[in-house]
Amino acid sequence: MSKSIKVALIGNPNTGKTSVFNQLTGLKQKVGNYPGITVEKKVGVCKLPSGQKAQILDLPGTYSLNTTSLDESVVVELLLNKNDKDFPDVAVVVSDVENLKRNLLLFTQIKDLRIPAILVVNMADRMSRKGISLDLAAMEQKLDTKIALVSTRKGRGIDHIKELIENYKSLPNKPNIDTSRIAPEYFSRLQKAFPNEDLYKLWMVITQDVNFMPIEKKRIQDATSFSTKSKTELKKLQHRETVLRYQFINSALKETYKVDFNAAKGLRASLDKILTHKVFGYVIFFAILLLIFQAIFDWSTYPMDFIDEQFANAGEWLKSTLPSGVFTDLLAEGILAGIGGIVIFIPQIAFLFLFISLLEESGYMSRVVFLMDKLMRPFGLSGKSVVPLISGTACAIPAVMATRTIENWKERLITILVTPFTTCSARLPVYLILIALVIPDGRILGLSYQALTLMLLYLLGFGMAIFSASILNKILKIRSRSLFMVEMPTYRLPLIKNVAYTVLEKTKSFVFGAGKIILAISIILWFLGSNGSSEDFKNAEEVVSQRIEAEGLSPYSKNYIQNNIDSYIEIRKIQSGEVMPKASLDSIQLLTADLEQRAKAQEIASHKLEHSYIGYAGKAIEPVVKPLGYDWKIGIAVLTSFAAREVFVGTLATIYSVGSDEEETIKNRMAAELDETGKKPLFNLASGISLMLFYAFAMQCMSTLAIVKRETNSWKWPLLQLVFMSVFAYLVALTAFQILN
Amino acid sequence: MATVLDLKQGQTGIIKEFSDLTLPIKLLELGCLPGNTVEVVQVAPLKDPIYINVNGSHIAIRRSLALQIELEIEEDPTSV
Repeated sequence: MSKSIKVALIGNPNTGKTSVFNQLTGLKQKVGNYPGITVEKKVGVCKLPSGQKAQILDLPGTYSLNTTSLDESVVVELLLNKNDKDFPDVAVVVSDVENLKRNLLLFTQIKDLRIPAILVVNMADRMSRKGISLDLAAMEQKLDTKIALVSTRKGRGIDHIKELIENYKSLPNKPNIDTSRIAPEYFSRLQKAFPNEDLYKLWMVITQDVNFMPIEKKRIQDATSFSTKSKTELKKLQHRETVLRYQFINSALKETYKVDFNAAKGLRASLDKILTHKVFGYVIFFAILLLIFQAIFDWSTYPMDFIDEQFANAGEWLKSTLPSGVFTDLLAEGILAGIGGIVIFIPQIAFLFLFISLLEESGYMSRVVFLMDKLMRPFGLSGKSVVPLISGTACAIPAVMATRTIENWKERLITILVTPFTTCSARLPVYLILIALVIPDGRILGLSYQALTLMLLYLLGFGMAIFSASILNKILKIRSRSLFMVEMPTYRLPLIKNVAYTVLEKTKSFVFGAGKIILAISIILWFLGSNGSSEDFKNAEEVVSQRIEAEGLSPYSKNYIQNNIDSYIEIRKIQSGEVMPKASLDSIQLLTADLEQRAKAQEIASHKLEHSYIGYAGKAIEPVVKPLGYDWKIGIAVLTSFAAREVFVGTLATIYSVGSDEEETIKNRMAAELDETGKKPLFNLASGISLMLFYAFAMQCMSTLAIVKRETNSWKWPLLQLVFMSVFAYLVALTAFQILN
Repeated sequence: MATVLDLKQGQTGIIKEFSDLTLPIKLLELGCLPGNTVEVVQVAPLKDPIYINVNGSHIAIRRSLALQIELEIEEDPTSV
């Protein structure tokens, strides 16, 4: 077996490069990052007709080898570095038949680096509609290459690419343009100083600001023994280079590429008129946002509930099948629950990326950027930040992943850092229960106070996101050279295959990328919550049994049992019409025994949690949370809800030994809780508002931290985010409580 | 001299030169070269950015950049 051919797939954005990649490699692809940076690296394997394999590297889309962003630097660094393990044997340059002229610019640069290059002319299916005709044979001659005419939409021409890759050794590798023509005198001196180096490579080293250099820049500057050209002069030469390339391209295409301009211009113009209209444009965009929102917020609850149920069942099953013990508990309550906590996000992620890839593929996303750019600019964001920010209202995790569409690293980082402020759906259960507890009923102008509070919390989240974005914009010192220039691609019907790949790939990247961290943290939290070292913890059952024997059940439990029995009697009365049927006395006794048993189990669970490691941690932080109006029980709930905000409600339910998920029951129990003076309810206006504000601003979500770690490829940003958000939340909650109290 | 900012929607002009010689090279690469025709396709609702068609490339640029592209407005008698 000969070793596989290394192929680099290169092309302008919007040429269907990804489709070509998908069709060459099928599902045999691996997505990762370039070491140390956040640029996505996609590699796939393609089987050639002879059975030989080709390793295809999908390089980031770029307009030329003149780098203005991190993505483009990756391309240049690879193409200059012969020693890189991915250095291609052959480059496949993908172009779009409609924009061939512009696409060829990159092609000529690659030819000039003397890398064997195949030209793929994609979107061949649009030729007749656009009135384009090609003379391929003549064009191959002029451009000194082999050309494959391809339609990824129709799946045609892919085999031709494979054949050309197989025979890459017969490709000519003469440059298209004589580099010295850019500035003859300058380049002849350069060549004299470096007789063995390729001129165009030297030129790239001089002009490009990338990490890897085959020759040191300094050596060139020293060796050429004349004052180096100034930045402006270099830029002028680059302009000249571009003009020269266009001259070459124009002459190559003059006889070989014909466009009948009378052919339909239609679709683009008429769609643009509506989609970027000053009223309809926003209305349509808003409607699409609503649809996305509806999908992540509402439709995804069905699969999420299903997943939740399945994992709960599986846990029960494990516990009843396996012998009881530490290992079974770890498996059922730690690991399985942890995995459940990861899988539960899949529906939301899949839905969001379904929509995002539809918007991207169709060409609509660029129109959104065009519409929103001016609005977002004052905050250091661009139009592309809108979709992540809005989807953050459902869940920050897919939203952070969605920032991949923002090319400018600074804008992307700001968007990632501020998105967790928007009110995600996990905050909702916390808000709802607190609002019901502390915000009085009543209306102003027909609007209930409670609804207004909820709306204010949403606005607060948004406001905070925007506000911190503008601050970050000022303080973050990141050189981002990428300028605002958005290509408005032709409208296209999205390819279902591409959409499916995107959804699959994003889901995988969440499950395997962030999943590990989420699983680890949830196992740790589970361990801390279900283990303790004190006698109180170990002998929880005896301690509680003795207490119940001595003092009886807690007043709350007694109350709970009585209420249940009362309502049971009530129902029986209505059903039978009698005052109190004798036969049911037995059943009441049974019910009472059952309820007492349950109450006891709840009190044991509560006692255990109180004396577990996390319970002690909750008590330990009481002095810290007391100024916010919280007691140690709330302290525990705040700690456990670091896993996910909605856990707050469940933890309180356990601590207060309320054995029901029924929100109403938990709420009533919370309302009955008194503060340390024993006179005022613990959840009053001051402490309630303080808690809501805390949850509005605090980074209480390990999954978001995990995905930020993955997307920024470092622990620096998620940790900074965690510290900043927590401190800020603490201060705001503190101020609110102290003022209101 | 007139710039892209002076073009009305649908109007075209022929690029003459750039007032700032350090104009982003990317713009040139997309086909924004002296001698080529620019058409303003659409101006965003808040007057910024501007959506142009130059040499078949459809791109949106901000006003600050559009200001640097100097051109000669084409009077098109057929336009309404």
